[in-house]
Amino acid sequence: MHTTLAFITGPNLLWAGLLFGFVFGVLLHRGGVTDYNVIVKQFLFRDFTVLKVMFTAIVVGGVGVFILHGQDLANFHIKPATMLAVVLGAVLFGIGMVIYGYCPGTGVAAIGAGKLDALAGFFGMLVGGIAYAFSYDWIAANILPVADLGKKRLPELSTLPEWVWYAGLVVLAACIFALVARFEKSSPKS
Amino acid sequence: MKSHRWNPYLVGVLIGVLSILTFSLADKPIGISTGIAQAAGACAIPVMGVEDVAANTYWAEKAVPAWDYGSLFVLGTLFGALVSAVVSGSFKLESVPTIWRERFGSSVMKRFVAAFLGGAVLIFGARLADGCTSGHGISGALQLAVSSWTFFIVMFASGIVTALILFRRNSKA
Repeated sequence: MHTTLAFITGPNLLWAGLLFGFVFGVLLHRGGVTDYNVIVKQFLFRDFTVLKVMFTAIVVGGVGVFILHGQDLANFHIKPATMLAVVLGAVLFGIGMVIYGYCPGTGVAAIGAGKLDALAGFFGMLVGGIAYAFSYDWIAANILPVADLGKKRLPELSTLPEWVWYAGLVVLAACIFALVARFEKSSPKS
Repeated sequence: MKSHRWNPYLVGVLIGVLSILTFSLADKPIGISTGIAQAAGACAIPVMGVEDVAANTYWAEKAVPAWDYGSLFVLGTLFGALVSAVVSGSFKLESVPTIWRERFGSSVMKRFVAAFLGGAVLIFGARLADGCTSGHGISGALQLAVSSWTFFIVMFASGIVTALILFRRNSKA
């Protein structure tokens, strides 16, 4: 469905991709998440920058897109809940993220900030991408169909009105931020 | 050292606003790992030939190796971080991050091999799950997608276990 605000189409999308990506790169760098130490320390609960950035983005973006969607001014783009593939992929992703020390986006941004290990890992990502392309036919036949729930959203799992889920999201984020603030106060600065 | 960094909550708000803009103005979510799979296809072309890459189902249907919105977004991310690092005076060539060095020593080769293998596992996982920290973790989670919240929680748990195994011996808090 074409929405009235979505005026960026055709060749202009290329420039928009470059521009939006540029802003994303600036924000990742300014957020401090192009730093291996910041990312790994999140998983060790010694630095909460990653959670702070992600949950704020989810709440602000989530409420904004929800309101726009309600006015038919934005479409949802839901990835299918192919549960076996998502769980296996997420397990691999967590392992890879700690060893590489970046996720795909922060890795690319870290290269821009001069991190040479991020560049070495980028070549690894290319090899991983090639390996996946070669495995795709088998995965599509054997993994993706297992426990495939389709393009489901959490609100579809209950009869609660959708805004309750978003209110819950805001409360969840507030609780996480409060816990983090308390934790940071009680533990010595690293 | 921290001078280039903005408040993480502010950065989160701005990434949220950026998401709202990409969704409403371009009808696109933020995502990175598809673009990297596209780049992988582009790198495979000189080795495998154009026909073989085009004949691969994944590159033909899911991650076409071409300059489009998604792959240019990745390029933009690289430039954005580069400009931000140079402008803020924090650009610095570095091969071995601090906590890696404290745990595994200062060998550049060791760090590069680990980063290479980690990167390969990371992107394989991202493609299998159909998204990464951006596509699932931010764009998907903000739409309350079942797939994305599953990814977020499992990825985080897996990362915690991996980090404990690798770095528990780091005594520095």
